[in-house]
Amino acid sequence: MRPWLEKQLHLIDFTLASLARRKTKNVGLLLAYTLIVFVLASLSLFTHALRSEASYVLAGSPEVILQRMVAGRHDLIPPGYLDKIGRIRGVQKKEGRLWGYYYDPVVNANYTFMARPASEVADGTIMVGSALARERGLAPNNTISFRSYAGKLFGFTVAAVLSPDSELLAADLVLLSENDFRRFFEYPEGHYTDIALSVANPQEVRTVAAKLSTALPDSRPILREEVLRTYQSLFDWREGIVLTVLAGAILAFAILAWEKASGLSAEERREIGILKAIGWETSDVIRMKVWEGLIISLTAFLLGGIAAYVHVFHFGAAVFAPVLKGWSVLYPRFTLVPAVDGLQIATLFFFTVVPYTAAVLVPIWRAAITDPDAVMRA
Amino acid sequence: MRPSTLVLALLAGLALAFVFIFGHFSWSTATDAERLAANRALVEHYGLTDLALFTEARYTRHPSQADLHSAFQDHPAALEHFPTGSLVAPRSLPLFRDAPLAGKTTSPD
Repeated sequence: MRPWLEKQLHLIDFTLASLARRKTKNVGLLLAYTLIVFVLASLSLFTHALRSEASYVLAGSPEVILQRMVAGRHDLIPPGYLDKIGRIRGVQKKEGRLWGYYYDPVVNANYTFMARPASEVADGTIMVGSALARERGLAPNNTISFRSYAGKLFGFTVAAVLSPDSELLAADLVLLSENDFRRFFEYPEGHYTDIALSVANPQEVRTVAAKLSTALPDSRPILREEVLRTYQSLFDWREGIVLTVLAGAILAFAILAWEKASGLSAEERREIGILKAIGWETSDVIRMKVWEGLIISLTAFLLGGIAAYVHVFHFGAAVFAPVLKGWSVLYPRFTLVPAVDGLQIATLFFFTVVPYTAAVLVPIWRAAITDPDAVMRA
Repeated sequence: MRPSTLVLALLAGLALAFVFIFGHFSWSTATDAERLAANRALVEHYGLTDLALFTEARYTRHPSQADLHSAFQDHPAALEHFPTGSLVAPRSLPLFRDAPLAGKTTSPD
């Protein structure tokens, strides 16, 4: 074991000396390599964390949301609609929801207004999301006026500001009483925006949805699993878009790395010839080059990976956030809970370290099996 | 110290840091778990369906509740207004769901 280890250490010493002779070129390669790993790892960590968080919190959303469609567009639920659902077996709880959008010209932003029972929000008061409170400078007990779509001015007292930790979900939320909601939007009595249904047995959700579609042909049931799928595909798509944008840079690096790894310069070729002439075996030359590939690619992978982790979970992925998260006037401030997928890291390792190390081998093997004299004269 | 020892020590240090950071810190802390649980409770309580990431239009604020063809929902041939829309994936619907039956039915197609 000892002589083998000693031999490897000598090989590494020689490799490092050889790398140091082409310092600028190799440092440049290492930097470009690290940057590529950093970009790919950041992207993968960020989207995975966002996907994990979305699927965890949205797993609590209603099992089925029932919308009514008129001429292919979302319409109000008329009185009596709720009663028809009551007869469908498996539906545990049904609740007409009242919510809508309000455009606030003061900050040029859209708010989501949602009615809550009087036991939660009293008439004349509202609870607001913290991004909205920040944007409008609101604190509990402040008053704020909104001009309704009918042109009337409504004043509300802020009863509470929702926790800043919930910004990802409730940045733009305004919770108000049902009476206030109906007055503000002039919502017809007995009408609802949509219906939230609770299904006792998760296995029955699809059956319930099918029964709903049959019983109420003008309805569109939206299942919780569809909500979750929407967010999965949304972040997959965004990750794909960033990757497409970066594809040019990644390809350029791949060409650079391939060129560097698979093509031997005249100097390297001469070096191999001399090594062979002074008694190095082909296997030693190959081992030396494998060490070279491993040192460069492993350093780049580890440095890039660590930098990506710090970038995503400590600096909020400042480089990609606008594209991956989206942007708007009322933008939520949130920190992601670190979530790492081992498979993603393994894939990244496989696609960064292995190809480079492997690419080094072929030309070296070819040069190393040639006659030293021919290699030196070439 | 010989260069090989130095480089191997550096690589081992980096590898340890990597494993420690990704292995240790990737477990959500008690505060994180509490925040996630509170957010899930909020979703359950208010019946929320979407993240408040893109608030510019109704179909970007609530993508899961939007119409199926949201890019053209305002009027026929209405193109996308908002940058988010171009970054939200189109719904993958089986467009030709009757294709396997083509030519096999007894009634005319």
